[in-house]
Amino acid sequence: MAEPLLEVTGLIKSFGGLVAIDSVSLDVTSDEVHAVIGPNGAGKTTFIAQISGDLRPDSGTIRFAGADITRLATPKRAQRGLARSFQITSIFRDVTAEDNVALAVQAHDGHSFRFWRAAKADPSLRDPARAALDRVGLGDRRDVVAGELAHGEQRQLELAMAIATEPAMLLLDEPMAGMGAEESERMVALLQELKGSAAILLVEHDMDAVFALADRITVLVRGQAIATGSPQEIRDDDQVRRAYLGEDG
Amino acid sequence: MTFSRRTIFIALFLAGLALLPVALADQPFYVGLLSRAMILSIAAISLNLLLGYGNMISFGHAVYIGIGAYSVGIFAYYEIYDGFIQWPVGLAVSALVALLFGAISLRTKGVYFIMITLALAQMLYFLGVSVDEYGADDGLVIDVRSEFAGLIDLEEGIALYYVIFFFLLLTIFIVHKLVHSRFGIVLRGAKSNEARLLALGFPVYRYKLMGFVIAGVICGLAGLLLGNFTNFVNPDMMHWTRSGELIFMVVLGGLGSLFGPVLGAFAFLLLEEILSDFTIHWQIIFGPFLILAVLFLRGGINSLLGSRSDG
Repeated sequence: MAEPLLEVTGLIKSFGGLVAIDSVSLDVTSDEVHAVIGPNGAGKTTFIAQISGDLRPDSGTIRFAGADITRLATPKRAQRGLARSFQITSIFRDVTAEDNVALAVQAHDGHSFRFWRAAKADPSLRDPARAALDRVGLGDRRDVVAGELAHGEQRQLELAMAIATEPAMLLLDEPMAGMGAEESERMVALLQELKGSAAILLVEHDMDAVFALADRITVLVRGQAIATGSPQEIRDDDQVRRAYLGEDG
Repeated sequence: MTFSRRTIFIALFLAGLALLPVALADQPFYVGLLSRAMILSIAAISLNLLLGYGNMISFGHAVYIGIGAYSVGIFAYYEIYDGFIQWPVGLAVSALVALLFGAISLRTKGVYFIMITLALAQMLYFLGVSVDEYGADDGLVIDVRSEFAGLIDLEEGIALYYVIFFFLLLTIFIVHKLVHSRFGIVLRGAKSNEARLLALGFPVYRYKLMGFVIAGVICGLAGLLLGNFTNFVNPDMMHWTRSGELIFMVVLGGLGSLFGPVLGAFAFLLLEEILSDFTIHWQIIFGPFLILAVLFLRGGINSLLGSRSDG
């Protein structure tokens, strides 16, 4: 087997006396969906924040595409092909959906110290942006100001911004957060389509979505990875049932 | 092609500025007032690049006015009147100081950013106050204005007026191009959602720093013009209250609008002029007025011209 795209080894992060992430190791290969699940407070968001670069781990290493990125700043990780979406919708609310995605494209189109030409009419930004919006099903909403989109549409927009740059890996922090059943289904279908074109590290509460999408699942409880395996293995794992599935329904 | 109310108003405003000196040729006072308003407009536009577009609340922006004016004053003190020396040096020093101050202050956020920009600016103010060679707090008289190899004679008030007018137009044009460029889009994104910009892969600090330097240089230009206009420079031009006035002009005119700061600067100066005719305690009226204007005129004077079109 080839070297995994993302390889996390012995990650530890504590806040004061609280150990939020307790020597977690996992890997994601270049074409799989790896889901991280766990009850509230298990450390999922802390974990993903360290992958994206928003938090520095106390110890442990993060390797991405063959390089050590443990100490790399967030923008540099993004430049290397690690795109993320946020748990709490994080978009540029006062410009259109297309403007949002165009900015994502711009981030990966060389530096932006270009002071003269109008960016709004630049087809090298606008065409990929439209393509990404079409892919997530927002093609006909591209001229709507992002802040005025429905919640589900904003989540789709988040995803469009993440995929617009054709990243090697998507870091999705609860993409279904706050969605209704129908919207969730659409999002699952969308992610199914993306499967294979990029590795996906998925943190999600919606168990139906996780079991439908994931190739492998890692269960995080109180900062520790208590099990990793296929959806079936996780379902059948006694420890997981006791610690998590049992109490969460 | 149809024009919005705003476009028509701005066109008329600028046309008025272009023509007024002809009508007021024998009224040097008004020509002077408009000259000063245009100079402060340039400074306010540059500050708006930080406040309105980049979300950097700089409370030390007047420092670059001082740097520009001192560049004229100190050279003139050594009897070097050549504008081709004074001006490039003034702009370069503005850029360097902005680079240094920006590099330090942009490591902080929020209130700390405000306090650090203020403190750094006050350092230069006190430097100006303490250097006896250049007049300390009395400043320097600029007995001869910048000379441009006989191309234009700034001693002529009308000539200076049109030079200022030209630079105002140039500033508006440059800032317009800037805020719609790739760079400008990133800068505005930093105002709206900085965390997202980082996650997208933008090293936001560098873009903000570049914005800080550009704003400093444009404001340095305003200082070069002001030194020439007043024939005088003193540390007071850099005092933090001057920076506060610039902020007021921007907020009064309309944050994050291209032409708002111009309106703010004009409104500020005209009000100051009119009110100070009534009473020497004009600030008692002026202060509350500004507060009310900020409270009840969201989007500043600019918002009176209809919905925004220039982002």
